[in-house]
Amino acid sequence: MTTPPIFKDEDEGIDVAPLAEPQSGGPLTWLLRIASAFVLPIVVAVFFFAFDFLKRDDVSKSVQVVLAVVIGIGGVWAMYWGMDRMINLLPDRLGASVRPFAFVGPAMVILSFYLIYPAINTTILSFKDGRSQNWIGFDNYGRIFTESQYLISIRNSLIWVIVVPGLAVVIGLGFATMADKISARAESVSKSVIFLPMAISFVGASVVWTFVYAFRPEGFGDQIGILNAIGGVAGVDPINWLAQKPWNNLMLMVILVWLQTGFSMVILSSAIKGVPDVLLEAARIDGATEWQAFWKVVFPSILSTIVVVWTTVLITVWKVFDIVWVMTGGRDGTQVVAQQMVQEFFTNRNNGVGAALAVLLFVAVLPILVINIRRFRAEEAVR
Amino acid sequence: MTTKTAVPSKVRQSSSWPIYLTIGVVSTLWAIPAVGLLINSFREPRSIRAAGWWTVLGNLFDSTAWTLGNYTRVLDEGFGNAFANTVAVSVPSVVIPITIAAFAAYAFAWMDFPGRSLLFALVVGLMVVPLQMALIPILRIYTTIGVTGTYPAVWLAHAGFGLPLAVYLLRNYMGSLPSSIIESASIDGADHFAIFWRLIVPLSVPVLASFAIFQFLWVWNDYLVALVFLGIEPDSRVLTVELADLAGRGEGALNLMPAAAFVTMILPLTVFFGLQRFFVRGMTAGSVKG
Repeated sequence: MTTPPIFKDEDEGIDVAPLAEPQSGGPLTWLLRIASAFVLPIVVAVFFFAFDFLKRDDVSKSVQVVLAVVIGIGGVWAMYWGMDRMINLLPDRLGASVRPFAFVGPAMVILSFYLIYPAINTTILSFKDGRSQNWIGFDNYGRIFTESQYLISIRNSLIWVIVVPGLAVVIGLGFATMADKISARAESVSKSVIFLPMAISFVGASVVWTFVYAFRPEGFGDQIGILNAIGGVAGVDPINWLAQKPWNNLMLMVILVWLQTGFSMVILSSAIKGVPDVLLEAARIDGATEWQAFWKVVFPSILSTIVVVWTTVLITVWKVFDIVWVMTGGRDGTQVVAQQMVQEFFTNRNNGVGAALAVLLFVAVLPILVINIRRFRAEEAVR
Repeated sequence: MTTKTAVPSKVRQSSSWPIYLTIGVVSTLWAIPAVGLLINSFREPRSIRAAGWWTVLGNLFDSTAWTLGNYTRVLDEGFGNAFANTVAVSVPSVVIPITIAAFAAYAFAWMDFPGRSLLFALVVGLMVVPLQMALIPILRIYTTIGVTGTYPAVWLAHAGFGLPLAVYLLRNYMGSLPSSIIESASIDGADHFAIFWRLIVPLSVPVLASFAIFQFLWVWNDYLVALVFLGIEPDSRVLTVELADLAGRGEGALNLMPAAAFVTMILPLTVFFGLQRFFVRGMTAGSVKG
């Protein structure tokens, strides 16, 4: 900084309103605006990566971690602060019109790099060959809608999005309704049990269920998986649960139901508690049974929440990857779209088909997501 | 619960035992897989392979059946290292997007500039883009410039994927704060940076906390982003990648898997129990993450 662009005395006038009216756009203003948006993320990125390359083997892991955290967080904060100081050097009105871009700009640059550009690029790649060199039109889409392995993964994903959200919502709703009628203490304990898996990673849950489905062929020792052990007591031969087509798909779905029911239960429970007691009392006085009160009063009042929960779980299920990847790797007819997609570009190095599957993942749930976001915006507006 | 309402809000019937029974059965079914794993994690390696976890229920107080050895072994064999990596990935991956989003949200809520509503609509629209759309292009760029496998590569990716929801939530919250406090602060001579830092950020703690918890659990439990951008090099693996690798070894690693799984779960479970209140709010918000 040798010469500040336009110098202005600090104590020049009393019109130094701190929130000066912004001046609208000359070329200089726009140049500074764009620069202010880009400077920060670029500096941050260069700074981060420079730091990462300096990482030495002779520094202990814990020191590295602390340094990484401090530099990562402190770096971002310091950059914003520094940007603000630099803008303060500008004349007030110019500064005022540049400053918002220093606040919003970094977010927009990062979003452009990590979401906007990739979304466009992935769409383009889906029309190119496996190594992204030649245009091949709709061939990749043709493949994913005709070749059996992709058709199986699409079929499986469709079954997942029918079965899992349905079970998660029905069990969650039933549990929430019943838990509402027991003592407060029992309610909170039992709800915690159902809710707990929400905090567990999909990979962790896969390991949990490995021990449920564990299988030893007959004569190779005791069964250590609880399902086969129970089967053994009942006199059934041990079953390799994860290799039985097509039921192995259901076994994997159970894991996700186990994870997601807590979510639906908690949200639905608070919706049920939001149903006015007066309505229920009135129904009971009119002689309605608990069953009728539920279907005629509670259910209609929480229907919109049920739809939200249903669609939310559906979107999670549609993109399920980890469970299939870890449990079966997509073998034995268990592949799903999101797992197939990673398989294509990561393992098979076929960018084209991988990109086409990603576009399928994106486009298929687009209408549902748009509706969800609209509703969410409406709710937030009321809040 | 310190306050008791005079009138009970719901009638408790004495004949509710079928309900208790159903709740009890379902809760037990839900708990069994995790309880089994927890028990296994403290058993001698040989007995984990030899017999199911339920066989110890008969002699719970036989101290020779129990050991902490599995935990010390997994921590030595990669999981200690992976735990450190996961902390190094997660903490900045939470704080960086929150910081960037908070500045942007403040500008969207309280500053006037050309294109404001257009840009905000764009941010909201980006909530529909699933991160799967970003994997191939970003990996190609990362590979070209040679940053795959570095912490910042993952921080910035998580920041990018978390930003639309964060900006949106924070903007709504900040916009709902009364404009009078901002006006009076600016009359007192505070500039935007001071108003943001001294006034808006402290007032926004509830929504910041909700998003932080949501994002933390998301990043900590993430497998896909870490697998693709950080990779499977033993030195840089995070917990989920390490655990998936262990699970992939199958029968041979069976005795280590329970303890390893609990090492990966301990922190999210703590956060979950400690901060349930915020968690539920954040989770509801997550319903629109693409």
